[in-house]
Amino acid sequence: MEERIGVFVCHCGTNIAGTVDVKRVAEELAGYPGVAHSTDYTYMCSDPGQNLVKEAIKEHDLTGVIVAACSPTLHEATFRRAGTAAGMNPYQVEISNIREQCSWVHQGDKEAATEKAIRTIKVMIEKARLDEALEPISVPMTPRALVVGGGIAGIQAALDIANSGHEVVLVEKDASIGGHMAQLSETFPTLDCSQCIMTPKMVEVAQHPRVKLMTYSEVDDVSGFVGNFKVKIRKKASYVNRDVCTGCGLCSEKCPAKAPSEFDEGLAERPVIYTPFPQAVPNKPVLDAEHCTYFLKDGKCGVCAKVCPLDCIDYEQKDEIVEEEVGAIVVATGYDLYPIENMGEYGGGKYPDVVTSLQFERMLSASGPTGGEVRRPSDNEVPKEVVFLTCCGSRDPESHLPYCSKVCCMYLTKHAMLYKHNAHEGQAYVFYMDVRTGGKGYEEFYTRAAEEDDVLYIRGKVSKIFEEDGKVMVWGVDTLSGKKIEIAADMAVLGLATVPNKAAGELANMLKLHQNEWGFLSEAHPKLRPVESLAPGFYIAGAAQGPKDIPESVAQASGAASKVASLFAETEYHREPIIACIDEDTCAGCKVCVSVCPYDAAEFDEKDKVARIKEAICEGCGACIAACPSGSASQKNLTDEQLYKMVSAALEV
Amino acid sequence: MKIPYYPGCTLHERARDFDDSAKACASALGVELEELPIWTCCGAVYPLVTDSVMDVLAGVRNLSYASRIGDKVVTLCSFCYNVLKRSNNVMRVDLDKREKANLFLRADTAAREKVESYTLEDYEGQVEVLHYIEMLRDVVGYDKLAEAVSKKLDGLKVAPYYGCMLLRPKKEMNFDDPEQPTIFEEFLEAIGCDVVDFPMKTECCGGFQVVNDEELAVSCSQNVVVSALKRDADVIVTTCPLCRYNLDRHQEKMAERISGFTKVPVVYFTQLLGLALGLGKEHLDFTDNTVDPMPVLAEKSLI
Amino acid sequence: MRLRLTIDMVRDEVLDRVETLSGQQLLACYQCGRCSAGCPVVDEMDIIPSEVIRLLQLGQVGEVLNSKTIWTCASCLQCASRCPKGVEFSNICDALRAIVLRTRLSEPRLDADEVTPVMVSDAPQMGVVGALRKLNG
Repeated sequence: MEERIGVFVCHCGTNIAGTVDVKRVAEELAGYPGVAHSTDYTYMCSDPGQNLVKEAIKEHDLTGVIVAACSPTLHEATFRRAGTAAGMNPYQVEISNIREQCSWVHQGDKEAATEKAIRTIKVMIEKARLDEALEPISVPMTPRALVVGGGIAGIQAALDIANSGHEVVLVEKDASIGGHMAQLSETFPTLDCSQCIMTPKMVEVAQHPRVKLMTYSEVDDVSGFVGNFKVKIRKKASYVNRDVCTGCGLCSEKCPAKAPSEFDEGLAERPVIYTPFPQAVPNKPVLDAEHCTYFLKDGKCGVCAKVCPLDCIDYEQKDEIVEEEVGAIVVATGYDLYPIENMGEYGGGKYPDVVTSLQFERMLSASGPTGGEVRRPSDNEVPKEVVFLTCCGSRDPESHLPYCSKVCCMYLTKHAMLYKHNAHEGQAYVFYMDVRTGGKGYEEFYTRAAEEDDVLYIRGKVSKIFEEDGKVMVWGVDTLSGKKIEIAADMAVLGLATVPNKAAGELANMLKLHQNEWGFLSEAHPKLRPVESLAPGFYIAGAAQGPKDIPESVAQASGAASKVASLFAETEYHREPIIACIDEDTCAGCKVCVSVCPYDAAEFDEKDKVARIKEAICEGCGACIAACPSGSASQKNLTDEQLYKMVSAALEV
Repeated sequence: MKIPYYPGCTLHERARDFDDSAKACASALGVELEELPIWTCCGAVYPLVTDSVMDVLAGVRNLSYASRIGDKVVTLCSFCYNVLKRSNNVMRVDLDKREKANLFLRADTAAREKVESYTLEDYEGQVEVLHYIEMLRDVVGYDKLAEAVSKKLDGLKVAPYYGCMLLRPKKEMNFDDPEQPTIFEEFLEAIGCDVVDFPMKTECCGGFQVVNDEELAVSCSQNVVVSALKRDADVIVTTCPLCRYNLDRHQEKMAERISGFTKVPVVYFTQLLGLALGLGKEHLDFTDNTVDPMPVLAEKSLI
Repeated sequence: MRLRLTIDMVRDEVLDRVETLSGQQLLACYQCGRCSAGCPVVDEMDIIPSEVIRLLQLGQVGEVLNSKTIWTCASCLQCASRCPKGVEFSNICDALRAIVLRTRLSEPRLDADEVTPVMVSDAPQMGVVGALRKLNG
């Protein structure tokens, strides 16, 4: 069939035309074999520009289109849609990148840039001449979602997806959902009781008919692709039959052994068989085998099994693997604090009265280790002077982390205020470099702290903290007055940096999700696609993506949920057809393709003795094509013949 | 085994007690400290300006001498350790300075005449600079050290004072954590002392400023000594003659200013090591100390 | 009286010299003050370390070269060790001293003759050598 290719050279304003002589390019290509129409235009991506394509397709009976413009990541979809609208198969519309790969990098040499543009377009013309019409591959969509992480972001995402009519599996590694928000006493800037606003959501998600809640569980393995994931979830052995257990609490009450409480950040102990906090959801205990006398001392003890009225204790219980099929995965694994031991200059981990922000939070909490009173861990006295330090580990590219953790200025202000509400005669000092109060009502909150609660803000970074005569000595500075400051405080609270939750790193590696150098999950585009990963079917929400406060985490969770709902709006998922295929006539049955495929997309048919590609799974990576010794494997619309002609055009041979 | 040793000028003069005890201890542990056949003052301070090759030459030359007899050089004085280690780093990474320094080294004919087999080989940082205590930890081993102890210093509360130059700058010195170091604590535990951790162990004693403004050094030293005193230290150990001088000499003034001040003797860590290894009294020379350590050592029945 | 900032003042060539000599980038300092907070001899200084850098950022080189501060520094490197931006104030001090000593802008802070006999006969020579190199050039 005669090839009739249309070439459209975009000026892109001066982005391309400023360096490349676009008119000349269009003129020269008009005479190239296979080209039936060649023109240039200022902004091809505009409506008139797209119309040029559509009209030309009809008028010149084009068999293929080349739009020579910016990178295909920007407008390939635009022009494929335009082609489709005019009756052309979208896979016969190609983009030739003469901007990022030509005009933008050769601004000094216009002549060379123009020559290069011409050659670049010739390469794509050669490809287009042999392009076939292809149809997207449809695969069924499993309209169920997996949400990993049961903190506020995970809970919100699960609720929103479930409320949009789809089933959700919510997996949480700890015994209860709630995450760090459950540990907080009050939240800024409203000073709402954290548990009071959160528990309704926790209960709602646990009781939601479309939510399958799996706590004390972790994701073990994920295979498949968007719309068709197979997930293996490990239900960790809790040694309690949590389906039968009514949460009466007798086992915890009678348990003789203790371990440091994770929920209370090590400030108190908990029994070995425990629920993490009173409002836990589900309110069913788990047994911590690492500290359990029964497990450590060969069956000694067993008190919990003896007292349980419903016989729920099962020391033989094993981890259980549950398999789920889902179409989308939302990762909301949250944050941890930068380890206090890393702050050697502040005696982190060495002095009991130098505490982390989460530890202080637990002290402020009414259900916490000190019953809601601020007390010194060393002697349980009420501190009269407390120093709060911002930027412990943050904004320190030299020794710690370069980024700002966003929430510490606000929560330390809150801590200072709550301390004052608690200990009316006390004095709070906050050492800061900049007080960052960007959210709604945040600046006003900070004003309240200074004006209503007499919090003294001192502009300077503390150099050293040490203990002397039972006091916490703080050596700082006030840069505004130029004075070196020393405070003999009773307690110091470190505003430690937020880092991604440790467990999340392994998960991200397993899911092959991109992380930045600090381990935060990477969004697809920093401005325009904040809740999606580049990997199709994976969405991210909350502090796992970067330090953020509760309103932002909730907003991102709802955003991710809406993306999932959009995905599930179609009953089928359409995959790109630019994948591998095997010529069964020449296939020798050597099975090399099967062994090299990283996606398990190649399978060998024992009966016909040939290899076949599973179209639903193939990602078009090309490994089998390169490996096939008989040359039977090829890529649709990127065949060896096309590549040969493209390279020849590029080298002008 | 033999290991090249650079004493530095102060150890041959004002701090002979340090040099002597160090050599005796090493010998008792089976290590012969082979003093470099030729060496000069290292310059005492490492230049913090970037354009100076002349200012690092003294350190580089000594390293070059050390490279003739071995691939390591052990030193004791904190200032020397800092200068040698930083000069060594500069030879390893700054090719321009290395080239210029070697031009000077090649002109060092006097050295060639003094030392046999002195070949003209460029210095490129091939020597490893070790502090004596790194030698104890890595070459001898703290466990072997503990075995060699004949007199455990039970009941002696010792505060290890690190000072500045051993630890900073962190990346170049790579000696220990500059905020919460432990290398001396581990050493003291190995020889049976009760270790006193005190917050000012990494704060400056005043250093060379004592020459210009004595009061400054008194104030800095007081901060350190009082901190150790508050933690009930019997003795402060150090590895720097200037630190020893500052912390020790100014205690008269401290006693005048602070009521209830008790003097705390300041000794070199090798002197305590000598005591623990059972070396004779001749290696326990405290004539240079203003605050005499003998009473507290006698009180603890250690001598 | 207002400090009139001009492009020539904040881009004074001397500032380039200070940066080159010290190997530090003055505008990297975000004025947290930690250097001042941890300096063991700050009580004897007339301008605290973070302020020295601030004055340099504002082009006020003269005021800094005339200060007592640069002669008080003991080169203990605590400032450099703790700076979150990796700015080594100790090195800036050395550079400022070098500018004064090399150009003989003023007399050296320590005169060799003034080193008291007690110091010479009593102090460890490393202290005398160090002091003369830092304060006399």
